[in-house]
Amino acid sequence: MNTDSKYIGTLTKVLLLFSGALLVLSLFYPIWRIELDAPQYPEGLTLTIFANKIGGQLDIINGLNHYIGMKTIHANEFIEFAVLPYAISAYALACLVVIAIRKRTILYLLFGFFVAFGTLAMIDFWRWEYNYGHNLDPSAAIIVPGMAYQPPLLGFKQLLNFGAYSIPDIGGWFLLISGVLMGTAVFIELRRNRKKA
Amino acid sequence: MKNAIKIAVLTGLIAASGLQSCKQKNIASAVSGDAASKVYVAPGKYDEIYNFVSGGFSGQMSVYGIPSGRLLRVIPVFSTDPEKGWGFSEETKPMLNTSHGMVPWDDLHHVQLSKTNGEVDGRWVFGNANNTPRVARIDLTTFRTQEIIEIPNSGGNHSSPFITENTEYVVAGTRFSIPPDDVNGDVAIDTYKKNFKGTLSFISVGKEDGKMDIAFQIQCPGVNFDLSRAGKGVSHGWFFFSCYNTEQANTLLEVNASQKDKDFVMAVNWKKAEAYLKAGKARKQTVRYAHNTYSEKTHSATSEIKTEVLVLDSKELKDLCYFIPCPKSPHGCDVSPTGEYIVASGKLAAVIPVFSFDKMIKAIEAKSYDGEFEGIPVIKYESALYGEVKKPGLGPLHTEFDANGNAYTSMFVSSEVVKWNIKDLKVIDRQPTFYSIGHLCVVGGDTKTPTGKYLIAYNKITKDRYLPTGPELSQSAQLFDISGEKMKLLLDFPTIGEPHYAQAVLASVIKDRSIKIFKIEDNKHPYATKGEKETKVVREGNKVHVYMTAIRSHLTPDNIEGIKLGDEVYFHVTNLEQDWDVPHGFAIKGASNAELLVMPGETQTLKWVPDRVGISPMYCTDFCSALHQEMSGYVRVSPAGSSVPIKFGTGVTKQEVASK
Repeated sequence: MNTDSKYIGTLTKVLLLFSGALLVLSLFYPIWRIELDAPQYPEGLTLTIFANKIGGQLDIINGLNHYIGMKTIHANEFIEFAVLPYAISAYALACLVVIAIRKRTILYLLFGFFVAFGTLAMIDFWRWEYNYGHNLDPSAAIIVPGMAYQPPLLGFKQLLNFGAYSIPDIGGWFLLISGVLMGTAVFIELRRNRKKA
Repeated sequence: MKNAIKIAVLTGLIAASGLQSCKQKNIASAVSGDAASKVYVAPGKYDEIYNFVSGGFSGQMSVYGIPSGRLLRVIPVFSTDPEKGWGFSEETKPMLNTSHGMVPWDDLHHVQLSKTNGEVDGRWVFGNANNTPRVARIDLTTFRTQEIIEIPNSGGNHSSPFITENTEYVVAGTRFSIPPDDVNGDVAIDTYKKNFKGTLSFISVGKEDGKMDIAFQIQCPGVNFDLSRAGKGVSHGWFFFSCYNTEQANTLLEVNASQKDKDFVMAVNWKKAEAYLKAGKARKQTVRYAHNTYSEKTHSATSEIKTEVLVLDSKELKDLCYFIPCPKSPHGCDVSPTGEYIVASGKLAAVIPVFSFDKMIKAIEAKSYDGEFEGIPVIKYESALYGEVKKPGLGPLHTEFDANGNAYTSMFVSSEVVKWNIKDLKVIDRQPTFYSIGHLCVVGGDTKTPTGKYLIAYNKITKDRYLPTGPELSQSAQLFDISGEKMKLLLDFPTIGEPHYAQAVLASVIKDRSIKIFKIEDNKHPYATKGEKETKVVREGNKVHVYMTAIRSHLTPDNIEGIKLGDEVYFHVTNLEQDWDVPHGFAIKGASNAELLVMPGETQTLKWVPDRVGISPMYCTDFCSALHQEMSGYVRVSPAGSSVPIKFGTGVTKQEVASK
């Protein structure tokens, strides 16, 4: 075993392996979910966002949104769904590459990019929510002055009769844990490096 | 002297007050303190039990929640229901077809939930038509009538639709004997004994699809068949029918059919009948009867007239039918959970005879007969009798059973429910009903393992029970707690039509089978419109087909021109919703039929023949959304021969108009 300070330790490798595996798993589960409930929908309506598609009761939600003039949501209008699966797969691959190369600096680089990726993804998500919530058809049946229908990025928001609750879904938690594992690996390596120094 | 007067007045007062307290107890004393909490189902909570109640002369079946007594639904069966378009939409009209043509009403007396191994399986519920003889099957995923079959050679289908323990057969026994359908019925009515026959029909039920088919009929002597029950457990393979008017009277039955001391319970060995059928002993008879089925794929009914039935002769074929004497015009004929005891209730009898299946079989083996009636052996009364319930009350009608070996018999004349033990035949308790109980129902009371817990009495007279509503009063049900030794009255609730037999089952057996929508991609209706882009108006001669869609909150098209006087317009409305509890209705001014109520994913058709030139509004009748009031449109009707072209609008918004 090479204990040279340029290289990562065994524990880090294990963490990265798990991190990569979680990234792959996240492709098969919804990443985010928006739950809606209203007096007319005590059973609730759910929109789930996968890496490559939108699931849940999209048709019903689109049908309801026409009253406020929101554009109908169609998965094929999102370039993100074409890119995201590759991006996530690339990060999973990168985890393996770091394990193979073992260079500590590459690990730092990977973590940095992954955090940036997550942040960008959330900004992008917020942008879409903003656009759908604000670009409303002026001939819509229901126009409430000053009212926008942007769902919350995270947490709860009341939009007229609908309560919207936006939270990570299973795939999202996988991504989050994957990031935390990478972060832990970085933390361990930093400490190891400091001790050596 | 003064003292003597005082004493006399005092004695009189005491006597009067004593007499007062002898009067029948009323509601105040009949209900115990905790009754309210036992029937209280909090808002938003489900009832524990489904109660399927016959609607009698309403022709429909109602569904109640127990213990609350809340009416959940009225299922249209044999009578038209303009509210639901039943019998008015083009799709449902064939369901009410018979050999007499369209019959828009009937009298639904008895209900039977389908069974597997003698337990309710929650798949279907059957109902009988007492006037124009028919049997209906209702599907319990949609709570809709899916099939109706007419019964030939029959004159009033009363002892029906009782079923065997695995729903092998639903029976239909004629109440009124009549000359068979294939002979000249133009005979003198007083030739009853010679020309009139009673027919029992055995309708097979498809194991998977529930499809009904008359497997065979048994031609019997001309008497009145009243009620029936299948054997179960030890007596599986047999069917029991109560018979009255064994005097074979054809007039003033009230007197003339009440002459004999004993009428009969007829025991039918249907396994034997199957063997005779296989051996080719049945006669093919030419008849005419309608068989109507509703498909949830095409959302349409079809009616077929069938022309043949297989008939077995009860006189010629031995070991098929036996008579058991039974006192005074028996009505109910109920089989205990084990199948060993047959409880027959003579409407005018002073006792309730309980027959033993085991003893009956032994009597048949020993030929312990008391002669024959029209060629059918009559078993000696004592040879089949297990025992008699003494002094049960007046006018016993029907019996149901609980989980603890007790029977409950309704007493019409003395207006009470009597609880007695099946083994020792001793009366345990009696409780008054308000008033004149007919049928009764214990939860699972005709199954192999009754649930018990509640008993529901169905009363004919309500008089002072509810606020008066003119000469015609509601009939009613009364809920009793039977979990203890004594029955406790909990609740009164009004019913639709006249309630006859009803059945109750734990909600868990049925509730999760309910469907929420019809999948639009499975809609095979020939006029289905599966998207607004497919909407169109097509003229074929004087018939105009409107392919219309409904979705919150607009009809497409909602402007139609080019309709002319003399046209028949067919609005084929498809509900595009795929969401639970969002039906859309459809109505147009001047329609001589009814509205449509279209479930999500379904297509229904309303025929409209305009009778005047002008503009006719149409609209959605079911408050579907905040903009339901806007869900409307217009049809322009021009004079016959007008050159106004067919034109239909799917709507443009103000902005689109401005931009053009």
